[in-house]
Amino acid sequence: MKYIEPHAHMVSRTTDDYQTLALAGCEAICEPAFWAGFDRSSPKGFYDYFRQLTEYEPARAAKFGIPHFCWLCINPKEAEDPVFAREVMSLIPEFIDQPSVLGIGEIGLNKNTRNELAIFEEHVQIALDRDLPILIHTPHLEDKLKGTRLMLDSLANFSSLHRDKVIIDHVEEHTVDLVLDQGYWAGMTLYPESKCTPNRAIDILETHEGSKLWLNSACDWGVSDPLAVVKCGFEMKKRQHSAEAIEKILFDNPKRFLSQCPNFKLDGADRKVSANS
Amino acid sequence: MPSKKDILDLHFMDARYKLIDIAAFLDRVERHPGAGDFRLNALKMAIPLLLSDQPGRAKAILESFSDFSTEPAATAHTQGASGALNPALAEG
Repeated sequence: MKYIEPHAHMVSRTTDDYQTLALAGCEAICEPAFWAGFDRSSPKGFYDYFRQLTEYEPARAAKFGIPHFCWLCINPKEAEDPVFAREVMSLIPEFIDQPSVLGIGEIGLNKNTRNELAIFEEHVQIALDRDLPILIHTPHLEDKLKGTRLMLDSLANFSSLHRDKVIIDHVEEHTVDLVLDQGYWAGMTLYPESKCTPNRAIDILETHEGSKLWLNSACDWGVSDPLAVVKCGFEMKKRQHSAEAIEKILFDNPKRFLSQCPNFKLDGADRKVSANS
Repeated sequence: MPSKKDILDLHFMDARYKLIDIAAFLDRVERHPGAGDFRLNALKMAIPLLLSDQPGRAKAILESFSDFSTEPAATAHTQGASGALNPALAEG
């Protein structure tokens, strides 16, 4: 099944997972910068992390014929200390022009604090200054609704923002309409226990127009499934969705959004990253 | 589009076992010592929403677990989320 994994934290996954994704038909992997499951002790930890995202992971993926792209930022879980966060953000210009960087993400909120919101807005400005797309993380569980509303209110203050170039991720039934109604893209994350199950994501697809929705696994260091997207495609087939409808949500939609990123190329012909780098 | 019977054929057993699992969870909590907390209360408040005659049950249950305050928090009391709003930590 041809598909794109638009949100996976491959730094936390094994090389076997790359092989599994390739065998399942994965045509591209996109990796937002995020929390590693623990707080880094210094901004220098992020320098190494950004190198891993822009150099090592593309090379690891290339060995299985999969283009690997990334988004850069300091994640909201580590953005509560604004001094620390700004020091990390000062590293972004050194990496932002690397050939596999898509834009700024996954920025957002975690506990919906004033400091997190300030750092979120500074990231949005970085993206606007460079005319780059933005990938936004929405908070977990009981914090999701409030965080989504706070960020939508904040984004409305950026008059030069193109909403087509912003995807707001991890939507569920109580936030998807807030996001789509304001003209943004929405990501549905297939993640055990929290976020969406495959069948709930398909329910959302069946009850919405769907041209600005994508599916992702957000597989990471926690209990998560790197094959969640393609398994959801299989569930769609069981629920009598056509092959064209499945390909639209698994491949065409993410390709359409990501093609707004100047560095997103699927053929790999003119990308500088090689399997031998 | 699949019929209601098609959907029942696909998902009834899955829904049945999940419902029984919730019942067993409530029994399990009850027979263990000590006091429950806000999470148990939130779950019990959400369960009647299943019986609504209107669509949007999943949305209603998600909203029942959600923080509806509108002002950013002054500080983060924790880094994680518990799945239900803790009244002791709620602001605004």
